[in-house]
Amino acid sequence: MSDFTISRRTLLSGSALLLASTAMPAIGWGQTPKKGGRLVLAADSEPRNLNPAIVASNGVFFISSKIVETLAEASFDGKDGLEPRLALSWEGAADGLSVTFKLRDGVKWHDGKPFTSADVAFSALQIWKPLQNLGRTVFKDLASVDTPDDLTAVFKFAKPTPFQLIRNALPALSSVVPKHIYEVGKIEDNPANNAPIGTGPFKFGEYKAGQYYKLTRNADYWGKDEPYLDEIIYQVLPDRTSAAAALEAEEIQLAAFSAVPLADLDRISKVPGLKVISKGYEGLTYQLVVEINHRRKELADLNVRQAIAHAIDKDFVVKTVFLGYAAIATGPVPKNDPQFYTADVPTYPFDVAKANDLLDEAGYIRADDGKRFALRLLPAPYFNETKQFGDYLRQALAAIGIDAEIVNNDSAAHIKAVYTDHTFDLAVGPPVFRGDPAISTTILVQSGIPDGVPFSNQGGYKNEALDALIAKASETLDTTARTGLYKEFQKQVAADLPLINVSEWSFISVARDTVGNIANNPRWAVSNWADTYLAG
Amino acid sequence: MNRALTLIRRRLVGSIFVLLIVVIGTFLLLEAAPGDAVDAYIVSTGGDAGMIELLRHRWGLDQSELTRLANYLWALLHLDLGQSVTFSRPIRDVILERLPTTLLLMVSATALSFGLGSALGIYAGARPGSFRDRFLSIGSLALYAVPGFWLGLVLIVVFAVDLRWLPIGGIETLASDKTGLARAVDIAAHLVLPVSALGFIYLALYLRMMRAGMAEAWRQDFVLAARARGLSRRRIVLAHVARNALLPLITMLGLQSAQMLGGSVVIESVFAVPGLGRLAQEAVASRDTPLLLGIILTSAVLVIAINLAVDIAYAFLDPRVGAGEAGA
Repeated sequence: MSDFTISRRTLLSGSALLLASTAMPAIGWGQTPKKGGRLVLAADSEPRNLNPAIVASNGVFFISSKIVETLAEASFDGKDGLEPRLALSWEGAADGLSVTFKLRDGVKWHDGKPFTSADVAFSALQIWKPLQNLGRTVFKDLASVDTPDDLTAVFKFAKPTPFQLIRNALPALSSVVPKHIYEVGKIEDNPANNAPIGTGPFKFGEYKAGQYYKLTRNADYWGKDEPYLDEIIYQVLPDRTSAAAALEAEEIQLAAFSAVPLADLDRISKVPGLKVISKGYEGLTYQLVVEINHRRKELADLNVRQAIAHAIDKDFVVKTVFLGYAAIATGPVPKNDPQFYTADVPTYPFDVAKANDLLDEAGYIRADDGKRFALRLLPAPYFNETKQFGDYLRQALAAIGIDAEIVNNDSAAHIKAVYTDHTFDLAVGPPVFRGDPAISTTILVQSGIPDGVPFSNQGGYKNEALDALIAKASETLDTTARTGLYKEFQKQVAADLPLINVSEWSFISVARDTVGNIANNPRWAVSNWADTYLAG
Repeated sequence: MNRALTLIRRRLVGSIFVLLIVVIGTFLLLEAAPGDAVDAYIVSTGGDAGMIELLRHRWGLDQSELTRLANYLWALLHLDLGQSVTFSRPIRDVILERLPTTLLLMVSATALSFGLGSALGIYAGARPGSFRDRFLSIGSLALYAVPGFWLGLVLIVVFAVDLRWLPIGGIETLASDKTGLARAVDIAAHLVLPVSALGFIYLALYLRMMRAGMAEAWRQDFVLAARARGLSRRRIVLAHVARNALLPLITMLGLQSAQMLGGSVVIESVFAVPGLGRLAQEAVASRDTPLLLGIILTSAVLVIAINLAVDIAYAFLDPRVGAGEAGA
């Protein structure tokens, strides 16, 4: 059982943990799952729209993935990293123009109506493609969905679409909602968006704004003997310090998504009855990235970007900012991705002297006050770690004669400044890697994206060779060839540094010893928790 | 009674202008803040240009500022607070859901700080310069200097985590189906810590005002006269000195109500109390302008009403204050 209750020391000694974790099989706790009980856990935000088919985001999944299921879920040991949910199998045609899903039999919606291929067709065509934040990109060429029988759905694409992409998108993008509920009226205004109806192990119970969400057991769930829990209560705790206190006071049994700040983990891991778990988020990797505004003439110079990369001590960042709960990044795909990652890319070891030489060569000589030039640095405010890294980066830049002024904003102002107004020189951002570079990664460096699109290349960077490579990869059907192109993509990004990848991190859960079957898939916190149980 | 009516009429006319200024000022301030509701929303979702355009259109953010302000004021004229973009619900409902909680918190905290503060003030002021006087003055000042959130966290750690006497936060036990008296007791237990954290901070103000007022009153001729008449010290303190020192405290009560609303933002977050203060903070973060306007408007009405009540109370407590001067 000690296999993934980890101490801070073991983490510090091996930041390769993120890497290793995907290889570890799901481990049982040596307890037999027990039926019944109410699991109370901390929620730090209250998503207003709980429909995961429209809003594919972790905040929404955290709650609604227990109610509304996807076609497939991520898995540590399943084929292609997937395990069946509403779909039993999926197969792509060689021409990339169709994907056939065989659906699970005997599944019922929470209101008792049967689940059929019509629901899948409706969700895909009426919601994922036109309305979903991520689906609008991935399913843009979806033309129709044929339903030859109730348990078969055939996705037809207007343009060849890589099956690998569709497959990788399934865990996050394929939430199926009931057609009979959504076909009446405007989808965006449907009351089920706030009280979802799905096929999942738990039914939506009640939401008290500012207090809690309650989910109750679905007695008709298709999984044998599942779910184990009677109820799940998400207690809204807006203050980050209160989750740790609530765990200690035994008012909650689980705090996921790093609701307990990293700085408290050392102390809380010593509290009897509590365990700190860093597994179960491998499919939700966040990347710490320095975004660069290439409109600044200094930053358009590759030497300067390389100098900045050399000036950052990534190891120090992992140990100090993330207290060891992160890994050093080499490029735009995280190390813990099993399909695409390559370590064979240009790297920038921490070397202040070399950074200074590069800047001298580039012609940015230190003035009498020791400064070469000044710039604005905008750390994203969403995470403590992005803000702390901003402070570190300012110091690291000072060491090479770049005078960075930190501009602090709240979330909305930061988004506007960086992605719409471009009033930044450097920014610190936390983009998410979503299992396939085509979902939300290539957009970070690709040119031609309209102003205002968040988490995209808004730094004015344009590299025709890289654009061509991204375009080619997006229409390459063969999985091996496509993977190869994305390896090349990582090389080119690391070589030309449109942005600088510093580190990669996931979240931490803290739970009572009694909570069983935690972290048994790579997206555990946003999976359906059908097998989660409370012992004792 | 007539005096009170005149006062109310005067105040109502003035209040409308105050409210109008509050609404327009808040609107302009929020517009000046960079980023709109869509920017705040896409932080957690991302999205392409088409989706963002769609959202701006749905939430009416593609209209000009002036149009939106005019629309808001026009709806307000019909007593319609509009629709919250983040909650997709009528703002009136969202606010009414939270208002009782905040009122309960505020009234309890005010009662605590006013009641205990003035009582301790009388206790300290009865013997000016004594040890208990100095101890209470310094002690209450120390409390006043403590930041609210820190006091809240300390209370949580001591009473909820270590001793486990009281619940850690929230307004009642979650999904407990308690009703009637059991529910009232449950809510009261949940209120002890947040009310203490909020109330103790302002306690010092009342204590010190009471004490200073009493020190002033001790020197007055009527106290000398009371002593000459051979009244007991106890009677002099309560009936003559304290009573006269009480008046400025009532004024303070009105002023304090506005500050208390501000303080509740922090305390509600620390104790996870689902009140108006936390809602306001969320409204700012999500740039939900109409929601924030609704909250500010509600708070402004509340503060105006409390101050009106204070003035009326004043007019009755102190015959020197007529309706004419009260408005000044």
